[in-house]
Amino acid sequence: MNGWRRHGGLVVTTLSEREAGLLRGLVGQLRDMLAARVAATPVDELVELTGITAGPTTAPADQVLARLLPDFHREDATLSGGLRALHEPELVATKDGTAEVIMDTCPARGGRVRLSDEQAQAWLCALNDVRLALGTMLEVTEDMPDELPPEDPRATHLVVYHWLTWVQESLIQALPGP
Amino acid sequence: MSTTVELEQTQVDPAVNEAATMDRPWLTIVWNDPVNLMSYVTYVFQKLFGFSRDEATKLMLDVHHKGRAVVTRGSRDKVEIDVAKCHGAGLWATMQRDT
Repeated sequence: MNGWRRHGGLVVTTLSEREAGLLRGLVGQLRDMLAARVAATPVDELVELTGITAGPTTAPADQVLARLLPDFHREDATLSGGLRALHEPELVATKDGTAEVIMDTCPARGGRVRLSDEQAQAWLCALNDVRLALGTMLEVTEDMPDELPPEDPRATHLVVYHWLTWVQESLIQALPGP
Repeated sequence: MSTTVELEQTQVDPAVNEAATMDRPWLTIVWNDPVNLMSYVTYVFQKLFGFSRDEATKLMLDVHHKGRAVVTRGSRDKVEIDVAKCHGAGLWATMQRDT
């Protein structure tokens, strides 16, 4: 991949088979995590009757999911819980929807990717979510080095993280202004 | 920042403070995190809240250097929606009452 550019009103790039496989694998894992969160939410019979989906009232125990689905208030757990129940289902659906756009537009074997501006914005959000997930797992810091010593178990994943950062940064540059 | 605010609070008459509580707006606070890119945060501020590029850049730099910035303020309902929008974009945002 040589970065994104605008061509004929679309945002385009070319991914190698390896890059496409890597990206689709990470996006797939993100969707699995979100689906597991939904599956773990107890079903309220009253909610089934009213048809209004209520999310869980407590933050995910998992660090990565907790970063993707943050609390609304730092101290007020009651307020946070109520707002989480109200907003989390839509937030999860939004994140899954943008991730799905990557799966629909990134060829499994690599090749040309052509995105409308709307699709490109979905890529931007989903790439950010994948970076948030990976960054949380790797415990990245602002002064993270470009490379870790080879014996560090995070070394390989950090290379992937930096590649995703570059893909996202390049996409921002290729998008028309907000 | 917190020092000035605390000083002000201690000087306020409790009765007056009680009444003022009702009027205090809610704030959308965006917190610094090591993953979100500076360019992305600037883009999101423009996209979600209609800030100019200069305004969005200033807020982004506040988040980056001061650790947090107030991006919107208003009624609880408005701020609740703004925080939800930030979460949708992957920003680490919370809401709180103005002090």
